[in-house]
Amino acid sequence: MSEQGPAFDLSYVANLARLELSEEDVAMFEPQLQGILSYMEKLDAIDVSGIEPTAHANPVLNVTRPDEVCPSLPVEEALRNAPKSANDQFVVPKVVE
Amino acid sequence: MSLASQTIKGLQTLLEKKEIQPKEIIDSVAEAAAVRDGAIGGYLGLDQELAHRDAEEISGGVLAGIPIGIKDLLNVKGQPCGCASKILSNYIAPYDATSIAKLRASGGIPFGRANMDEFAMGSSNENSSIKPVHNPWDLERIPGGSSGGSAAIVAADEAIAALGSDTGGSIRQPAAFCGCVGLKPTYGRVSRFGLTAFASSLDQIGPLTKTVEDAAILLGAISGGDKNDSTCLDESVPDYVADLQGDIKGMKLGMPKEFFGEGIDPAIRASVEEAAKQFESLGAEIVEVSLPHTEQAVAVYYIIATAEASANLARFDGVRYGYRAPDAENLGEQYAKSRAQGFGNEVKLRILLGTYVLSSGYYDAYYLRAQKLRTLIRQDFTSAFETVDAIIGPVSPIAPFKIGENASDPLAMYLADIYTISANLAGICGLSLPCGYMTPSDGQRELPIGLQILGAPFDEGKVLKLGHNFEQSTEWHQRRPSLG
Repeated sequence: MSEQGPAFDLSYVANLARLELSEEDVAMFEPQLQGILSYMEKLDAIDVSGIEPTAHANPVLNVTRPDEVCPSLPVEEALRNAPKSANDQFVVPKVVE
Repeated sequence: MSLASQTIKGLQTLLEKKEIQPKEIIDSVAEAAAVRDGAIGGYLGLDQELAHRDAEEISGGVLAGIPIGIKDLLNVKGQPCGCASKILSNYIAPYDATSIAKLRASGGIPFGRANMDEFAMGSSNENSSIKPVHNPWDLERIPGGSSGGSAAIVAADEAIAALGSDTGGSIRQPAAFCGCVGLKPTYGRVSRFGLTAFASSLDQIGPLTKTVEDAAILLGAISGGDKNDSTCLDESVPDYVADLQGDIKGMKLGMPKEFFGEGIDPAIRASVEEAAKQFESLGAEIVEVSLPHTEQAVAVYYIIATAEASANLARFDGVRYGYRAPDAENLGEQYAKSRAQGFGNEVKLRILLGTYVLSSGYYDAYYLRAQKLRTLIRQDFTSAFETVDAIIGPVSPIAPFKIGENASDPLAMYLADIYTISANLAGICGLSLPCGYMTPSDGQRELPIGLQILGAPFDEGKVLKLGHNFEQSTEWHQRRPSLG
């Protein structure tokens, strides 16, 4: 990683994040992200060899409950916030030709 | 004194004696909001009629008849839950969050949607896409964030108490900046079901109140296991109010030397050191401790929190709920345009950062490395709690700044989270309460200073007892902002 921070392809990352960016967005976010990522390089100074990663502070494993049928949200309520719905389903732009 | 200025404890007594009705409390809160909230902006909405209807259903419980303000990211059935974001501007919650169901089971009435930073991303409440919140002590200044609305309405006596959420200090820091009490419970103490997720391994819901005793009451009401959240532990819920009783003689408190180094405002440092002397006069012993990885915590936090946020916020795609861009020609475009038009800048920045640190080729260098450092940060606290009962220190190195002052420098804002974020990474509990006041060099008005008390996992009882003893032996909590 260089002095200016790591190589960073903003349009590639924006596409992964499904986020359309305008030219003004790029001009604003690029230096902000470069600054933050350069700051994060300070972590390289710490030796973490042999250290296990922590994903959860108080890890609990294999939490199970009886597999019982219980009431769930009725379809009409689940659809109430949908921008577009029909026939008890969410409607989206055509996906397959 | 208006009913809205009262504490939960004070109202409990009046309600038990049948001197007042719940409806009168609701009306008093609504009136205080009508008078003061135009200047403060702590509420995004208040449904007085709905609260009146809820008040009629109450049968009893520790919160019977008491309205509680709710941060705009907790689902309350039938009410808006917009997370102060344009992308959820028309969203109506289809169910109650578990914390809300528990609040209701204790007789509490969810009343009012508290303003916040959009999706809880921010430390100043300037990132609300609806309107900023103004600090009741100085309206030119930020109230802190992300639960800035919850803290401001409590501090300005526009609410009895409120619920907020804390991912990296979002309850404790605004409580400190507004001069009220805020508690971040241990990870797994309170169910997150129905809380709009920001960073799932860090988020916790907790109370913002006028006194430590009220925090104990509210925490007791919302805690406990939940089959809908497998990370919420089925630990028994102690009687936190009963646990406040008794002195703190012989308790050992650690002051981390890393919390008093470069960058802390001298007035905050002096105030917290004075608080330590107060604890000594109450019979506690103060020792120095070390949390060696404090310096790395901000970087670790902003890798882990944004990584989790980038995954959690993938659900906002304009399909099942929320804003949908009208001009998309295919599904991919619909996602990208809806999110571009619906999210604010700070949320976009964090999604981009989180996506990057998880992306192929960078995962090991950033995300995995941060998770390993999280282990070290957690071990720092485990070692410290082997020798001390609790840790005390400042909540924030800085006083609340003027609105707009740091708007273009996100990294500067992140760095000010240094004393609060480690508690979320380690999963421990933390309390913030007033310990003094200061007049900043660039202002005339007095601003509150917060003291932080950090405790081992599930040691909320001990932390609250320490806070209660400190509070009752000082007069800081009795001050109120002078509002026109």
